[in-house]
Amino acid sequence: MITVNHYLVLSAILFAIGTAGVFVRRNLITILLSIEIMLNAVNLTFVAFGRALGTADGQIIVFFVMTVAAAEAAVGLAIVIALFRHRESLNPDTFTALKW
Amino acid sequence: MGSELAFYLFAAVAVVASLLVIAQRNPIYSVLLLIASFGALSGLYVLLDAPFVAVIQIVVYAGAIMVLFLFVVMLLNAPHEETEYDERVHPLLQAGPLRFGAFLAAALMVELVWALTKGGGEAGRFPGRSVSSVKEIGRLLFTEYSFPFEVTSILILVAMVGAVVLARRETP
Amino acid sequence: MTALLIAQIVLTLFVFFMLLNSAAVMVYVERKVAALLQQRLGPYRVGWQGVLQPLADIVKLLFKEELRPKAADAFLFALAPIIAATCAFAAFSVVPFGAETTLGGWLPEPLKLQVSDVNVAILVVFAIASMSVYGIVLAGWSSNSKYSLLGGLRSSAQMISYELSYGLALTSVLLLGQSMSLTDVVNQQSGTWLGFIPRWFVFLQPIGFLIYMIAGIAETNRAPFDFPEAEQELVAGYHTEYSSMSFAMFFLAEYVNMVTVSAVATDLFLGGWHGPFLPESLGWIWFLLKVGAILFFYVWMRWTLPRYRYDQLMRFGWKVLLPVAVINVLVTAAGVLYFGI
Repeated sequence: MITVNHYLVLSAILFAIGTAGVFVRRNLITILLSIEIMLNAVNLTFVAFGRALGTADGQIIVFFVMTVAAAEAAVGLAIVIALFRHRESLNPDTFTALKW
Repeated sequence: MGSELAFYLFAAVAVVASLLVIAQRNPIYSVLLLIASFGALSGLYVLLDAPFVAVIQIVVYAGAIMVLFLFVVMLLNAPHEETEYDERVHPLLQAGPLRFGAFLAAALMVELVWALTKGGGEAGRFPGRSVSSVKEIGRLLFTEYSFPFEVTSILILVAMVGAVVLARRETP
Repeated sequence: MTALLIAQIVLTLFVFFMLLNSAAVMVYVERKVAALLQQRLGPYRVGWQGVLQPLADIVKLLFKEELRPKAADAFLFALAPIIAATCAFAAFSVVPFGAETTLGGWLPEPLKLQVSDVNVAILVVFAIASMSVYGIVLAGWSSNSKYSLLGGLRSSAQMISYELSYGLALTSVLLLGQSMSLTDVVNQQSGTWLGFIPRWFVFLQPIGFLIYMIAGIAETNRAPFDFPEAEQELVAGYHTEYSSMSFAMFFLAEYVNMVTVSAVATDLFLGGWHGPFLPESLGWIWFLLKVGAILFFYVWMRWTLPRYRYDQLMRFGWKVLLPVAVINVLVTAAGVLYFGI
């Protein structure tokens, strides 16, 4: 018997994995990929709750989240490319010009 | 019984693939593993009676966004990440911000799982069969959610223009 | 195991083997039609009129040495043809090729001549087409050679550019058919107007059909859009470093993609299995004839038209085809609202 809690726990695990990726990895592209994992975990929560409530609203919100994720991935990768051209490195620790 | 097995299978694939995404050194393998994770999530959406979202997940996420990532990784052809920590020992085994970050993420997971397993059991049962038709989604999208829909189109336009401007080479 | 389940399993295997055979037939048809168009004979030695030529080709490919460049990424090098071939076959799994049949009363319930009837079938075809980009881009990258990388990136950029027009052409048919299920769209095209003009969507959507065919040819990397695998420019593009069965997989994937695009075009625009003289249960003969006609058109195009240069190709896809597709969708939507189809 799969309840909505199963889906929520799975989504929590995926969200935590994404968070771990953002904290641990020192590669800009992998950080962006971890953000995508987090967004997907949220999508799963929305669809699970939408199904539990019996409406299609969950799927509509997922639609918007996906669009935002696409836009953010595009802009994020453009920034990564611009940064890479500048410093030839994808390690976020090299971009410390604004540090105190 | 079959759907339970399918749920556990897809969930296992999604979790393992996501773990490997953040553990892999080679960014191309990370992208491919994330595509596998998206495929598993798409299967989960089918189990949740949302076939439209499942297919859109493949079309948008696995088919477009990940291709974008793959292109960027291939074109940048970035070398192995130079890091400040000692490479011979795994970074998670050395005291430092990385281990603390991983610990924080694990703490987050424990908290979320604890909070989300409250009130489970009978209260969390899914109601009867309900396949949301595409027609219903379309109707909602153009009546109740029409304002966010229009705003999203402007968002995409801004993102496109922004991406082109940001990635442009400085022409002397 | 009910009779219906057994019939469905047999149907799945049948579809798979027919797709494999169709690739072999297409090899022969391509060479023979090319020869006739160029006023020469083509294969005529192996078997009567050369019909065993594909068999000879397969035997040759099987016996070649399987090479891998030393600097190539072994896992991705092996994965790329698998992805290409899998997506090609998977896309055909939602395409219906005949009316429901009870096999002459042998089955208790009618069997749909479709491997799986999903109610979002049109989107599934689109989704799997967008996944087949990976086969090519990974092949180009993992070969670790200039020609392959250039060919792979160009080819995948071309495919994702033309996917937009492809999707919009599908949308315009969706507006007419009012359903995403391919079976429903085909069944809406039964019957005739004025007794002799069939109710095919191609008469209501000529521009949509044209856009779909052009985008389909670009998606399958066939001439005149085959710059990424042009022999004169790029050796062989993304499959330069492949040999023997891996090359055969790419080859197979290309032909099966062609068959899938033709089959979907037949279902959406040309009325699927509906035709004048035969009964419904023999509709698959009409389906085969229509798919064969579109495949002949494919081959004809390849050997008649010169190749587009890459920047001309991209300019055409974004600046001409996409606006036309968008306007087509708008006009179709206005027409559906006004005429209440």
